[in-house]
Amino acid sequence: MAHVLVFTEFANGQLKKGSLELLSAARKSGLKIQALALGTGAKGLADALGKEGVDEAIVGDNAAFDKYNPELFTEVVAGILSGKKPEVVLASSTMLARDLFPRVAARIGTGVTSDCTEIEISSSGDVKARRPMYAGKCTAEVAFENSPSKIVLMRPNQLTITPATAAKSPTVEEVSAPAKDLKTLVKEIVKGTSGKLDLTEANIIVAGGRGMKEPGNFKMLEDLADVLGATVGASRAVVDAGWVPHTMQVGQTGKTVAPTLYIAAGISGAIQHLAGMSGSKVIVAINKDANAPIFQKATYGIVGDAFEIVPLLTEEFKKLLHH
Amino acid sequence: MKIYVCIKQVPDTETKIKLKADNGGIDPTGVKWVMNPYDEFAVEEALKLKEGGKATSVTVITLGPKARVVEALRTALAMGADDAVVVDAPEDLDPSATAKALAGAIKAEGGDFKFVLTGKLAIDDNAASVSQMLAEYLQAPHATVVSKLEAGDTNATIERETEGGTREVLQLTLPAVIAANKGLNMPRYASLPGIMKAKKKPVKELTLEAVGASAADIRVKFKNYQLPPEKPAVKMISGDSAAQAQTLAKLLREEAKVI
Repeated sequence: MAHVLVFTEFANGQLKKGSLELLSAARKSGLKIQALALGTGAKGLADALGKEGVDEAIVGDNAAFDKYNPELFTEVVAGILSGKKPEVVLASSTMLARDLFPRVAARIGTGVTSDCTEIEISSSGDVKARRPMYAGKCTAEVAFENSPSKIVLMRPNQLTITPATAAKSPTVEEVSAPAKDLKTLVKEIVKGTSGKLDLTEANIIVAGGRGMKEPGNFKMLEDLADVLGATVGASRAVVDAGWVPHTMQVGQTGKTVAPTLYIAAGISGAIQHLAGMSGSKVIVAINKDANAPIFQKATYGIVGDAFEIVPLLTEEFKKLLHH
Repeated sequence: MKIYVCIKQVPDTETKIKLKADNGGIDPTGVKWVMNPYDEFAVEEALKLKEGGKATSVTVITLGPKARVVEALRTALAMGADDAVVVDAPEDLDPSATAKALAGAIKAEGGDFKFVLTGKLAIDDNAASVSQMLAEYLQAPHATVVSKLEAGDTNATIERETEGGTREVLQLTLPAVIAANKGLNMPRYASLPGIMKAKKKPVKELTLEAVGASAADIRVKFKNYQLPPEKPAVKMISGDSAAQAQTLAKLLREEAKVI
């Protein structure tokens, strides 16, 4: 019987939202579901995976998997896919998966596609997926050829999470870290200080540009983001000016994001910026210039001074959300 | 030791995208083609490594319809690369076939290298796959999204940025394949003498067959292209700042239901 393998990611013993989205999509197909989880605590996920309708949990509960080593992960994941031969492999289009799966695909001689926004899996394991092309100026359907396992990386926040109708008791299979001389060593991982969701995973993004007037005023955006549980982003102009680090940049040479709500404060909307955020579901533009291109992409627009409106908006949301 | 830089020619960001009548791809009429912006970081880094005595020569490679894509090679040669290779190939090769062909071209050139550099992704299909696949075909370690590179004799230390501002430091045993991110360096502009010199630099032409790749290596095709649906017109919110803020919060909660 055809089956789907879901590469799950987790933190603090909880499956990430993106993984729940993938599992919902996998269940819809009616196919047998295998889930792979790598890292300390993976074994403890078996129950949670069962509740998500997983038939078979493949877990690497090993500290060797806590730090992403491309070479080690390729070895392990390619090994599992070669053995299990799933018709379809699903993963979230995260930094880790985007680094890993192309190499895995090359090793096992199959196809991979990233950043998909739509997917349908048939009961025979056929895949119909769609993804943005040319920075979202158009989309295209993905057709796999000569691919024993069709590897699809889904952009987070695109699929609906549906509750599983019946919990299962998955079989649990353990995988170990191969002892092998590696040409890749992970020397150091310096965690970002924000502790917030990454821009690519965030459900709400509050982004600022030149209209915030000076770097210190980004504090206003952080205050707004705190009230909404949002992540703060920025335009290229303020990154290049050194106000905020490049990791916060949304747009062509920064990150491509598609949150449910994107609030652009004092961002005029250069084409490179629009390329990175026009997939957002609801876009709010606040800008002094009524002719700013950002308004053409916006759902709601306010012509006004972002510097003045953002703190007022923070107060309004505080009132709304505390009732 | 040599450095190879693999580059791609892509439509300029500002280019308006129109679809072919059969929706099988984009209409190339009127498209302005440029070197993929991330590949400029890769070319610059290769030139810096050579200038720092870490490599002997820089060869740029590209793949595609040769009459068109050779222009991207000329840009890299004008920046300072020593020589170039173009693999003449159809437009629609996917990352798998492209990586196989590029690996074949590098092997055809002798196969010895210290680094292969690429951009972290091409802005046309945004696949971000060729670099890692190329590393697999060349049996070399890889690192993507690299914003810092320090080359030693037998290994290199790189820094890459991942989610939430996290930085990873990896040490790779050379030779290695590196995908460059913005922040790695500031790409130089081609000087006028550089542009003149580039015209005389050698560009070798190879066929797809000569590098051991074919259409049978394709694993993913794109079809049924669509333009995004027209967005409904923006709803402008008027009033003084306080009223605007109040109305917006209410609309986001009650109409858009996103808060």
